[in-house]
Amino acid sequence: MSLKVENISFSYTADREILKNISFELNQGETLCLLGPNGTGKTTLLKCINHLLTPKQGAVYINGDDVAKMTSIMRAKKIGYVPQYNSNVFQMNVVDTIMMGRIAFAGRKIRTEDKDIVFDIIEKMDLENFAFKNISEMSGGERQRVFIARALAQEPEIIIMDEPTSSLDLKNQMFTLELITKLAHSKNIGVIMSIHDLNLTSLFADNVIILKDAEMYACGKPHDTLTESNIREVYGVETAVTTEDGYRHVRLLR
Amino acid sequence: MENKNISDVRREYEQSNRRKNIILLASIVIMLIAGLYFVTLGVADTTFSQVLSAVSAWIGGRLNDGSPENINYKIIVLMRLPRIAMAIVAGVGLSISGVAMQAVTRNPLVSPFTMGISNAAAFGASMCIVFGTGAFFKSELGIICCAFAAAGLCIALVSGISSKAGMGPETVVLTGIALNYFFSALTSAIEFFAEEYKLAAVVQWTFGTLNGTVWSDVFFSGVFVVVCTIIIMSCSLKLNTMASGDDELAESLGLNPKRIRTVMCVASVFMTAAVISFTGVIGFVGLVAPHIARMLVGNDHKYLIPFSAVTGSMLLMAADAIGKTILSPVSIPVGIVVSFLGVPLFINLILRQKKGRMQ
Repeated sequence: MSLKVENISFSYTADREILKNISFELNQGETLCLLGPNGTGKTTLLKCINHLLTPKQGAVYINGDDVAKMTSIMRAKKIGYVPQYNSNVFQMNVVDTIMMGRIAFAGRKIRTEDKDIVFDIIEKMDLENFAFKNISEMSGGERQRVFIARALAQEPEIIIMDEPTSSLDLKNQMFTLELITKLAHSKNIGVIMSIHDLNLTSLFADNVIILKDAEMYACGKPHDTLTESNIREVYGVETAVTTEDGYRHVRLLR
Repeated sequence: MENKNISDVRREYEQSNRRKNIILLASIVIMLIAGLYFVTLGVADTTFSQVLSAVSAWIGGRLNDGSPENINYKIIVLMRLPRIAMAIVAGVGLSISGVAMQAVTRNPLVSPFTMGISNAAAFGASMCIVFGTGAFFKSELGIICCAFAAAGLCIALVSGISSKAGMGPETVVLTGIALNYFFSALTSAIEFFAEEYKLAAVVQWTFGTLNGTVWSDVFFSGVFVVVCTIIIMSCSLKLNTMASGDDELAESLGLNPKRIRTVMCVASVFMTAAVISFTGVIGFVGLVAPHIARMLVGNDHKYLIPFSAVTGSMLLMAADAIGKTILSPVSIPVGIVVSFLGVPLFINLILRQKKGRMQ
């Protein structure tokens, strides 16, 4: 699997560009974190990759195939999406929610092979004890696991996650990111996620893209991109960046 | 918490589905038996065995053989049975429309009538009653045709305007609400200028009743309801996704949310129009039957749709039976009784559910 994002630009209105000429590549099993202040276009970029938004210019290729030319069913078989927000109306239990990930394959009726895949994922994600619980009655961390499981049920080549740790406590942040990066490596899935925590990024990202003013400000390994000068330029804050056990550690200064 | 293994979970899932299928089948049988019982109720006393004999005489083609018993049989077969059949058809149609509309708009307050359909049909009927000339427009069939045509116009307007504005859930609901007020104003304007006896006929039509239903009405409505039900049922898996997340999520899972919303809205309002053109406005079922069914079986549309249909039909049959007997020989229109019956039932279920959660 390879994902190639080529010169993506996007704007909602003519006078303001949200993304300008973004290009990068993602290989199988890699985890890529998108960083940047609020409003720099992280969510927009993720939606352009999944073709939920149509870029003004540029293209996205998966294994050389143009994502824009795929049907939504073809895209759903290649890209799993974990959105930032989820509506809380008419929610279902965990099994039925994860089963939704099989619609692109099953069509009108869930088949035995779809059930096999779904129950296998429930086991892998350690969700057996919640299987019949309505997801509106679950905690943020449990729910996030269910949404990741739904994306995995699509058997995708790439998973896109929009701020997967934003509403989670420390333990659940670690659990979720450990889970997703482990799955990415074991199943050779490419992961792209937007995130705000620089230390978690350092721990889990193979590569980092920092967005600033709709453009790609920096791209590379966490060690090369999470620097005091980059953080100052992008976020406008002073930090002390050290390296501990091979990982970047970012401490805010005041 | 007891630790489950995955084979237990799968077994529980299959058992739960099997249990729901059995309960659904049992509910349909109970509904049909209740329907036959409700046939016995009315001004003329009838027993359960007479109903069965009448049905067998009808199936055997012995209804017109001139025997004295056949007068009673004819009342049963030609007046009471079509009325019950219409209650079932209307219950199925209105409640399934409600489920589909609530799913694609992700709004629990939406019913097929939010789309302006009832006021459009009332407008069509009022036009015919007040301004109709000629034998056709003065007939019952003329009123039905006008109500259906106006409802069709409403469907065209809602889908036309909504699709121009992107077919989002809010657009559909807001367009429907706007048209609701528009047709309501038109009906009021007609009523304002109507002569007194015609005004009474217009008001009577809006009450919603199963009185005077004949088999051809049941057949016409039934065809629409069956076809639209098949369309909506075949999308039950898609409706799960549409109901539980936004359009972007649906698209990322491989659906075309705008197309599904258009198909569901058109199927729902056609089905509703095909029912209320014959019965008049029966408003409450489309809103409340889906919620009663939700409380019983949850939000999985594979089960929610058929359970809503059974709930809606039972509610309408019971309301009609109460309306027919409570002030007998006067028959209170089912549209009025169904709200009196449904509201306490609905509130009771809400309170019981809340109590269950607290415990």
